[in-house]
Amino acid sequence: MDREHYTVPGAAGVELDLPLAGPGSRSYAFIIDWHIRLLLALAWLVIGMLAVNGGLRWTAPGTKPTVVFGFLVALPAAIIYFLYHPVVELWMRGRTPGKRMAGVRIVNSQGGIPSAGAIVIRNVFRLIDSLPAFYCVGLISTFFTAQRVRIGDMAAGTFLMVDEPIASGAFTPYVGLAGSVDRDLQGIEVARQILDRWQELEPGRRRGLARALLKRIETVEAESLDTMSDEDLRSKLTQAAMAGNAA
Amino acid sequence: MKGMSDTAWLNARMPQWNALSSQAQILQHRPASSVAEALDLVDGYRSVARDLSVAQSLNPGSRAAAGLKALQYRLHGVVHRHPPAGWRGVRDLVREGVPAAVREIAGKILWTGVLMAASAIAGWCLISSFPALISLVASEAMIEHVESGTLWTDGLINVTPSSLLSAQILSNNIVVSLFAVCSGVLFGLGTFYLIGLNGFMLGAIFAFVHQHGLAQRLFTFIIAHGMVELSVICIAGAMGAAIGDALIRPTRASRRESFHSCVTRLAPLMAFCAVLLIGAGAIEGFISPDPAYPLWSRVTIGSLYWLLMVLGLSGRWRRI
Repeated sequence: MDREHYTVPGAAGVELDLPLAGPGSRSYAFIIDWHIRLLLALAWLVIGMLAVNGGLRWTAPGTKPTVVFGFLVALPAAIIYFLYHPVVELWMRGRTPGKRMAGVRIVNSQGGIPSAGAIVIRNVFRLIDSLPAFYCVGLISTFFTAQRVRIGDMAAGTFLMVDEPIASGAFTPYVGLAGSVDRDLQGIEVARQILDRWQELEPGRRRGLARALLKRIETVEAESLDTMSDEDLRSKLTQAAMAGNAA
Repeated sequence: MKGMSDTAWLNARMPQWNALSSQAQILQHRPASSVAEALDLVDGYRSVARDLSVAQSLNPGSRAAAGLKALQYRLHGVVHRHPPAGWRGVRDLVREGVPAAVREIAGKILWTGVLMAASAIAGWCLISSFPALISLVASEAMIEHVESGTLWTDGLINVTPSSLLSAQILSNNIVVSLFAVCSGVLFGLGTFYLIGLNGFMLGAIFAFVHQHGLAQRLFTFIIAHGMVELSVICIAGAMGAAIGDALIRPTRASRRESFHSCVTRLAPLMAFCAVLLIGAGAIEGFISPDPAYPLWSRVTIGSLYWLLMVLGLSGRWRRI
């Protein structure tokens, strides 16, 4: 086991290497979540102040704090800010909007979705991880621990793994123009990747790549390809790579 | 796949991968609804593991292979999910988990209580001998109140509504108690410091108000909520000490495992203590600052709540 992967027993005795999230993606996720919870809590507070006290103030002029303000405005704002992580992680099964954007998720020591208890424990230990300020203890811990975990993760038996999404079209069938199924898989794969990046590639370069691939995949005559426009080449390559879906 | 071309095999498998991908997406948010559905999922998980190894050998680095790997991680997460316990799980934790945790740390609760009492005596003795040192533990406002013959708690109910006061107090108490537990990660030293400091402050403030003839009024204020509140702080301290002990003298293969195991065993007690503090906060907000409650009623309320706590901690309330 290296510090980039965590090995767990997978199906049929085959081990599974789960990619571990490092301090960078953890921090990225945390910063996004921090902004979300701060903005939500502030929005609630401001709207509540305007509605209950008629302005941006803690009490209505000449009065003491009221139960309505405390329970409908101040308390929910505090709950949004302080309980955002446990509540959202429980609701989203180990993820938060920030973790989703950073492409990470919390898993238990078997690589599974963590239990509610584990999520609560890892959040309680934020009290220590956040010390003395700006999550210093937790951040330092992620640099030096074997699975790049903070103290809350050690207490709960969890860690953060990189959660790669299933790319759209990953399971698109390889079907050719002529209905043949015995085709050049690697060529089709390269064609799909070039089509994904078509706009980013320089026009002369992509035309050259498209011609070479079409010759390989479709065994098209070089002369007929030379006269094709950029758009025609793209269309032909799309048909070759994803025919049956794109055509 | 004997007799079948590579492409044909991949094409033949893709509908199942798409179906499993959709199933995994749904089951991430809810458990399997039947045994058949769970078994289907496990079969699918195994087939994806096999298909991944074939796809990687046929077409390494392809989107299909990358997609299968991501699908395998996702299915692994769903298959190895902790089973949802529901309300029965919560009930079992209260009935079994809390008393088991209390039995495990009973000795530490006693010693934490002794530490708190010793610190309180030390605080009392210090302030009795050197009253000027009260500024170390009390704020200027508190000192002014006491020197003018009133307690800082007098009229509290007129300043802030009871419900708000309760919410503030109970959230503060819960944070302090959880901090006492969590600071056990510093090999118990953090907990030792927190309990010692709390005991010292309690003794020092009692000595100070005693010098100004207000000790009985402070006692009247704290007796209703303080019995449970101070007991919970001692229990929290004992949990912190247990965590420190697990790190100093690991009982598992590694300190980390020992720490995780200890926290998991103590978690039900932590949750139970938080619930007790919600009750103590309600008493402190509604009853303690209200002069309408005479001393005997406060002692009764405090004693009954403390008795309820003991029953819960010992797991004996199921016999009632």
